Order: sequence, then structure tokens, then C-alpha cells
Amino acid sequence: MIAAIEPNWYLLLGAVLFGIGAFGLLVRRNPLVMFMCIELMLNAVTLTFVALATRMGDIGGQTAVLFVMVVAAAEVVVGLGIILSIMRRRPGATADDLADLKG
Amino acid sequence: MSDATFLEYLVFFSAAVMIIAGAIAVITMRHPVHSALGLVLTLFGVAVQFVAMEAHFLAAVQVIVYAGAIVVLFLFVLMLLGVDEATDLSIEPIKIQRPMAAVVSLGLVALVATAVIRTRDALVINPGTGIDVAAENGDHDANIRQLSESLFSDYVFAFQLTSVLLIVAVVGTVLLTRKWPSERDGS
Repeated sequence: MIAAIEPNWYLLLGAVLFGIGAFGLLVRRNPLVMFMCIELMLNAVTLTFVALATRMGDIGGQTAVLFVMVVAAAEVVVGLGIILSIMRRRPGATADDLADLKG
Repeated sequence: MSDATFLEYLVFFSAAVMIIAGAIAVITMRHPVHSALGLVLTLFGVAVQFVAMEAHFLAAVQVIVYAGAIVVLFLFVLMLLGVDEATDLSIEPIKIQRPMAAVVSLGLVALVATAVIRTRDALVINPGTGIDVAAENGDHDANIRQLSESLFSDYVFAFQLTSVLLIVAVVGTVLLTRKWPSERDGS
């Protein structure tokens, strides 16, 4: 007997978490906070993966979450490196100020 | 699968409140450090939900990797940059941005929620072999054993590739953030 609570509740929770993360990503202007919002969205997806693994009775969903975590760690490392080198050049830059590549 | 006890509902809803409160704290706090603390709350709530879904190994990894390493990395960069001053949230460069963002995110939630509710009673096509539960057969490592069997048999190639990915990420970050000698005496 796994997870007596229906997996659908977890799916709905994941949907709400994803929505909050997407809203924050679209609204906030501090690059670091935007990055945290991406983490929120990734966590919503991992929650959905585990809930569906439970519902389908397939461990593959949990294995996929492990890969998501590895990729998220690598993504945070590279992203924070980029933010660090941008901020070093232009202290206090928000996402709106970073339009150097605009033609 | 339907008769959940009161305690299970209590765990689910208190962890859900933690997750939602932490997520709202991330997007509403004016101070980035407070946002990072809200992120810890959310990540810990997700770990609790993993335990409730018998994904014990993932819960441990969630706490160690996310709440431990990634949030510390965020805080480290915040302190290193000295950008930990509060931002004024009333500044809104594009006037229609917030209503549009609300529409987009509410639309996403509504879409997924509709899909979940519509497929509530759908039969599982092509189900897996089931997930081992520690409490059932007295095997306390059941989750780790099953996960590792899956990881090292079906997904072993992807597992090898993640090591390449990590090496590339580390080397790339070192190169990105390095101060080159010409830059150092230039500016």
C-alpha cells in the first residue's frame, strides 16, 4: 500500500507550485530571484514525477527525478557563474538592464 | 488506495502549506536573502511529500542537494556580490507585465488542474512492476534497492552522461568566473 492519499492531490499541488514559480519568473527583476523561481518550477515537476511514479507503479519516475536533480545542480552552477560575471561588470543590474545583445 | 488516515491528510496538508507559503515568500520578499529562506521552506516541504510517497532516497537527496548545496550556493553568491539590499517591488517597467504574468500562470495552473481532474478515473495503461515499500516486506532498503536497480540497468547510459555533464558544468563555471590577467590590470 503506497501513499494512501490519491496521487492527484500531489499533481494539483505541483501545478499550483509551478504556477507560482512561473508568475515569479515573469514578474521579478532580480536575476537571482528569477533563478530561485526556476528552482520552484523544477521542484513542481519533480513532485509531479514522483506522484505519477506512484500512480503508475513504475520506479522510472523516481529515476527521472534523480536526473532532474543532477541537471538542476549543473544548471545552478553555470547560471550563478554567469550572473556572477555579469554582476561583477555591472553591479546591481536587473534583468531589464541586460540588453547588451539587443540590435 | 482510497482510505487515507487522518494523520496522512495532516502530513499532506501541512507540507502543502509549507510548500505554498515558501513559494509565495520567494516571489514576494523584497530582500533576496529572505527569498532564499523561503526557497528552503519549499524544498523541505517537497522532501516531506517525497517521504509520504515512499520515495525515501529522493527525500534525502532533496534535502542534501537542494536545501544543502543549492541554497547555500545562492546565499554564497548573494553575499559575494553584496546585492543583498532590498529591492523596491513597486517599480514596474512594463505596465501590463504583472496582469499578463498573472493570466499566464493562472492559465497554466487551470490547464494542468483540468487535465488532472479529467483523467482522475482513467485506467493506467502499461503500468510498471510496482514500487517496493519498506513497511510491506520488512526490507528497509527497498526503495534504494529498486531505484539503483533501475538506475544501473535501464538508465545506465544516461547515468554515465550525467558525469560528463557535471564535469563540463564545473570546468565551464571555472572558466566563466575566472579573472584573466589582462582584465585584472585593465579595469
